[in-house]
Amino acid sequence: MQHAQISRVYVWQLPVRFYHWINALSVLVLVITGYLIGSPPAVQSGSEASFGYWFGTVRFVHFLAAFLFFFNFVYRIYWGFVGNRYARWQNFIPYRKEQLEEVKEVLKVDIFQRSVKPLESVGHNALAGITYFISFIAFLFQCITGFGMYAAMSKAALPALFAWIVPLMGGDFAVRQWHHAMMWFFVLFSMIHVYLVFYHDYVEARGVTSSMVGGWKFVEKHKL
Amino acid sequence: MLEHPLTMWQQMESLGYTRRDFLRFASWLAAAAGIEASGIGQVVHAMETKPRIPVLWLHFQECTCCSESFIRSSHPIVADVLLDKISLDYTETLMAAAGHQAEKSLHDTMKKYKGEYLLLVEGAIPTNDDGVYCCIGGRSAQDILTEVAEGAKAIVCWGSCASNGCIQAASPNPTGATPVHTLISGKPIINVPGCPPIAEVMAGTIVHLLAFDRIPQLDGLGRPKAFFSRRVHDTCYRRPNYDAGLFVESFDDENAKRGYCLYKMGCRGPVTYNACGVMRWNNGVSYPIQSGHGCIGCSEEKFWDYGPFYQHLASFPGFGIETTADKVGVALGIATAAGIATHAISTNIRKRKQIQQEIAGSDTIADDTKGGA
Ligand code: HEM
Ligand code: HEM
Ligand code: SF4
Repeated sequence: MQHAQISRVYVWQLPVRFYHWINALSVLVLVITGYLIGSPPAVQSGSEASFGYWFGTVRFVHFLAAFLFFFNFVYRIYWGFVGNRYARWQNFIPYRKEQLEEVKEVLKVDIFQRSVKPLESVGHNALAGITYFISFIAFLFQCITGFGMYAAMSKAALPALFAWIVPLMGGDFAVRQWHHAMMWFFVLFSMIHVYLVFYHDYVEARGVTSSMVGGWKFVEKHKL
Repeated sequence: MLEHPLTMWQQMESLGYTRRDFLRFASWLAAAAGIEASGIGQVVHAMETKPRIPVLWLHFQECTCCSESFIRSSHPIVADVLLDKISLDYTETLMAAAGHQAEKSLHDTMKKYKGEYLLLVEGAIPTNDDGVYCCIGGRSAQDILTEVAEGAKAIVCWGSCASNGCIQAASPNPTGATPVHTLISGKPIINVPGCPPIAEVMAGTIVHLLAFDRIPQLDGLGRPKAFFSRRVHDTCYRRPNYDAGLFVESFDDENAKRGYCLYKMGCRGPVTYNACGVMRWNNGVSYPIQSGHGCIGCSEEKFWDYGPFYQHLASFPGFGIETTADKVGVALGIATAAGIATHAISTNIRKRKQIQQEIAGSDTIADDTKGGA
């Protein structure tokens, strides 16, 4: 077998990488603290309320991570308009014919493995792109419902911007219920996402995993 | 019905109340309505000079708990003056008239005070099958409401039924029970939800309308902000236990005796806007949480559909009563993990050739005799 000629492509700029890891970290914190808010563990200490504040702290950490998550997300949306070609919003919505074709191909080759022919794209593939787009909508939903609930306990201007969701959904209970159920989207997304990153790295041998750390992908020259 | 309606003060005087009683009553009302001390003068003045507002109180799909609550207001004069003697020209449960007489009294008031009377509605309005599920005097509730609302100055919706449908509107809502604000438009509508609302909240809302002659400040769901701007949870005396993470785990445990927070027993305080924690019930004696039971969220829309009451999360639609979003989520997580495992195995079978080729094509470094594998 002939040795492949490899080119290095700088795919993920520093802001995208920063965004990704801040996002992953805050999602992790939000899922854990959110779960604890919904099902706090039993403490049988017989203690007095004035000696503890752990539940308040869990909620505080949730809100802190929420603000980080929100501004980081807003920043990524901005970067979708000014970043390099791999970071732009066009990659996330498959509106061109080639993109739709690619979605089908990826499903055939990588997900259902009906075909064995190798498949590569340099940035996100079209199916990954649309998945990230759906997850951005989930991010937005979580921010709206979260800040909508938060508005009742805050005088700040930012949460107040989202207070309209409460009458729209018919009350805080419904908002909390949806916010809670949506947590599971994040859990499932993260499981599948991390698995697929490892899968692509394993099958395609192009250093996909580390691309989100250093920014580089390694692509065979004849495929560029 | 009186030809020249008296003012509140005149009414009280004629009933033998003293000036001192009157002033005391006025300041109590002002406090209940959330009016600051400097506004008491305004309340007194209004009650001395303004003729009473004619009031029509309609009852539709309801259980009369709102009326029951109102007449148990902690101040006797509320029942005596506001309700009994002064205001009510028509209310099925309390008026003396019956049958044709009652209908006549209703129509007289509507005609005489067109555009001036206050309409209080207790109960939801069924809309399915031409509204046959609630008829009074041979006419459907919707018919009556539309007609009476036409000439009303403002509408106050008593209780959750009139404000958001309450139990009649609970899924599957066989009678098509509908709250007033979805049927009537173009009139100021004040929602005073609760099953029932607190008597002082009801009195306070009426007093505001009487004294200031304008609609109190309302929130996004049409509720007076003075009573519904805070959640039960925000004024709950058990709140320090919540923040400290001290929860009742079952109704008969030590923690329940210690008075810990009822959050894990399904308390709806964190998602319910009401004044229970501040005003309490039955002359400020207690409220559900103080009596050891979580809030069931009776002033919130669809609270019947978010059951079971003793569970933090509502049951997940279509999965049986005890199944929460968490149980569904865990099941999906396990399914996903299984899917991932299957996919990983399939990858090692179907992509084997590709992976082997890549490894065979690996560059070797001069003194690395073994190569990579
Ligand atoms: C990845 C994103 C997020 C996840 C997975 C998440 C998850 C959760 C979960 C599971 C709960 C518990 C709900 C319950 O009581 O049953 C919760 C509560 C809450 N979250 Fe989030 N959340 C996220 C983002 C946000 C954001 C952006 C905000 C904005 C401020 C927010 C604000 C809140 C609030 C206010 C509560 C209610 C806390 C309380 O009951 O006092 N969340 N979250
Ligand atoms: C150890 C965990 C993770 C690893 C190794 C990882 C790795 C990666 C890699 C390599 C990419 C680029 C994939 C491509 O070329 O299409 C990527 C993209 C992405 N990941 Fe992760 N990820 C992790 C966790 C997460 C988590 C927890 C989330 C959020 C829930 C997340 C959300 C995203 C998003 C939204 C993108 C698209 C990036 C963009 O273009 O803005 N990742 N991740
Ligand atoms: S008992 Fe209910 S309202 Fe009171 S602090 Fe606990 S959760 Fe909040």
